[in-house]
Amino acid sequence: MGYNWHWKVLFETEPGGTGTYLHYLIVGLGWTLTTALAAWVIALSIGAIVGTVRTTPIKWLVRLGNLYVEIFRNVPLIVQMFLWFFVVPELLPTALGDWIKQMPPPWGSYLPAVMCLAIFTSVRIAEQVRAGINSLPRGQRMAGIATGLTEAQAYRYVILPQAFRIILPPLTSEFMNVIKNSSVALTIGLLELTGRARAMQEFSFRVFEAFTAATVIYLLTNLVVVLAMRALEKKVRVPGLIAASGAPQAGH
Amino acid sequence: MFAGYDFDVIERSLGYLFREGMVFTLTLTALAMTGGIIFGTLLAMMRLSSMKWLSALAGGYVNLMRSLPLVLVIFWFFFLVPYIGGWLTGSNQPVKVGAWMSAVITFTMFEAAYYCEIMRAGIQSIPRGQVWSGYALGLNYWQTMGQIVLPQAFRNMLPVLLTQTIILFQDTSLVYVISATDFLGAASKVANRDYRLVEMYTFVAVVYFIISYSLSLLVKQLQDRIAIIR
Repeated sequence: MGYNWHWKVLFETEPGGTGTYLHYLIVGLGWTLTTALAAWVIALSIGAIVGTVRTTPIKWLVRLGNLYVEIFRNVPLIVQMFLWFFVVPELLPTALGDWIKQMPPPWGSYLPAVMCLAIFTSVRIAEQVRAGINSLPRGQRMAGIATGLTEAQAYRYVILPQAFRIILPPLTSEFMNVIKNSSVALTIGLLELTGRARAMQEFSFRVFEAFTAATVIYLLTNLVVVLAMRALEKKVRVPGLIAASGAPQAGH
Repeated sequence: MFAGYDFDVIERSLGYLFREGMVFTLTLTALAMTGGIIFGTLLAMMRLSSMKWLSALAGGYVNLMRSLPLVLVIFWFFFLVPYIGGWLTGSNQPVKVGAWMSAVITFTMFEAAYYCEIMRAGIQSIPRGQVWSGYALGLNYWQTMGQIVLPQAFRNMLPVLLTQTIILFQDTSLVYVISATDFLGAASKVANRDYRLVEMYTFVAVVYFIISYSLSLLVKQLQDRIAIIR
């Protein structure tokens, strides 16, 4: 059976009156990217700390890091999203909880979405960072200490600069994951790209035009990210140091 | 801190949550895993095929699936499957497909792309010499694959395949967006009916955590055992 394509719908005005549907979707991409970037910055900071901590000889810190990773790795993203949106404001002190609940849209869903994606992604980054550090020969740390560096300095000047270069490729795919995962925020009412494609489908009844447009935008975004990260990898490459190859890994 | 919360709502709805919701989640996980591994293995064989167009086709499919958010793919299939059904049966109306069938098809097709990459790594981990000796013994492609390469690839990749299945188990909760009654969907229906969101969503998180964490411990054990045998 056929489907009557009607691509002109992209240039028709959306019911909100802010512009064309295409513009509506592009604004959605903007929300996707701002959500993903904000989450990424927080995730990278937390992930770097937790991942590093888990390679130190301090037992209780390692255990604490493991606990953090296991908790946030074993609960589905959408459930975590609901926890941040519905549950956390209730458990906070009343004034703070009310302030969060009364934030004007879209900030009321933006903040929980960013926090959720940040914590969720930080766990995965922590795993990558730990793997990167563990993949370095033990002699690197020892040589650092032998030249008179403290443990912290050995990390700062010897181990981490190498580890981060090694894990750049997996970090690229984590960044693309956070862009994709930000679509789950539509369940708490954030109108990012997927959410807007869905809304456009509901307003205009043009199912496949809406989803095709969103698909193409996602693919282009991926392309840009891959090219940018490849340029970054080239820029920071240390001759002779081999980056982590695509070891088989489970993902989503 | 927990004054004013009613945790009885969990006990009252346990039957519904598990008999309706968890059964949906587990059945969907099992079906999508089986289908996903079968299709994924076929896709991996296509990707590694020497026929250029075949490997380009499989590669294009896998890369497309892997660059799209699962939520968008769920929407795609939810609206696309009725049309494909209509096209297959030759009717000029979209076929009615429920959320359940749509979810099974979506997760099978989506996970196939991820299982494919795992199986591809597994197949590539087998030394080429084994394939050549298979051919030298007079076996054809399917015999060599089915009796020599794939069994070993499966065993090498079993821990990763199972880890992917744990992720799949967690991801099935996204069927929430097409209002299917999986474990999360069931909990959310009760939560909204009784206005007990805090209690229900916390409970859901705890249940998912217990199941996923126990499974991941089992996978770790299995990994150690396989490592020793090798």
